[in-house]
Amino acid sequence: MISEIFYMDGYGIYVWGSFAFTFLSFMSLYLVIKNQYEREKNKFIVKFGNLNSERAASARLQRINREILSNTSTI
Amino acid sequence: MFQLLEPNRIFSITSKAPKYVLLLFILVVSIGLTEALILSPEDYKQSHSVRIMYVHVPAAWISLGIFSTITILSIVGYIFKIKNFFLISKSLAPSGFVFNLIALVTGSIWGKPTWGTWWAWDARITSMLILALFYLMYLIAWRIYEDKEQVFKVTSIITILGIINVPIIKYSVDWWNTLHQPASINILSKSTIHSSMLVPLLIMTAAFALFSLLIFLMKYNTELIKIKNKGLDRL
Repeated sequence: MISEIFYMDGYGIYVWGSFAFTFLSFMSLYLVIKNQYEREKNKFIVKFGNLNSERAASARLQRINREILSNTSTI
Repeated sequence: MFQLLEPNRIFSITSKAPKYVLLLFILVVSIGLTEALILSPEDYKQSHSVRIMYVHVPAAWISLGIFSTITILSIVGYIFKIKNFFLISKSLAPSGFVFNLIALVTGSIWGKPTWGTWWAWDARITSMLILALFYLMYLIAWRIYEDKEQVFKVTSIITILGIINVPIIKYSVDWWNTLHQPASINILSKSTIHSSMLVPLLIMTAAFALFSLLIFLMKYNTELIKIKNKGLDRL
């Protein structure tokens, strides 16, 4: 049964090859985008930390800034 | 209505959504893979190689759908000067391009046992390759141009030129003699695919759509944070 699923009457290499390529593409895209996201977020946190108290308070008024800092978007 | 699409308003939703979309994707793709690789029957002509359809066809459908969406958003965004539409388009493009590549590569793998060749300069395959080039030009344009107005204009032109290719892809199998088989699924007329194959195909399409939604949300959030980073520089 198991070997039949892998061999598929000789077509296994094509079928599993296609599914493996799709899986690798998904993983690569996910990791690239996640990496970009983390980089921008870390950049934001560093920049926010460098603001003086008055500017930080003004930036904190914006809801989106609070959302980014609250770490809710981590997956 | 357009104010509802204002980035600051929707970030609170888009930042929380990815984890739920990821969970739903894992659930749907698990069902889809079980159906596609184990439960669905083999084809009387193509045997097990027909299972490649479950990744090839959804990838092709979604890459075409994303390019069409990008074009509509770019045109409307350019006419009504809605910058957020360009941000949405930019965030959709990476998954559209990757789905286009998956359709090309899995099509090539499927071609070997079916046609006896990895590649043929057939109308459907060539037009899909042209679509990949348009996706590439679109993504490169966002990297090259720094001026917003210029990048909006250039990317809109690329999508308008590229969309001409979409009906060519769709009807290439009817207009020319191609190695590629005609469409088995028709919205307006009866489909020629059996439900035992149609169901896994639709489940895999749903899984792929969820994955593109996940990538879109992550990329869109990244772009919003990028804008906010620039905003902090100006403070």
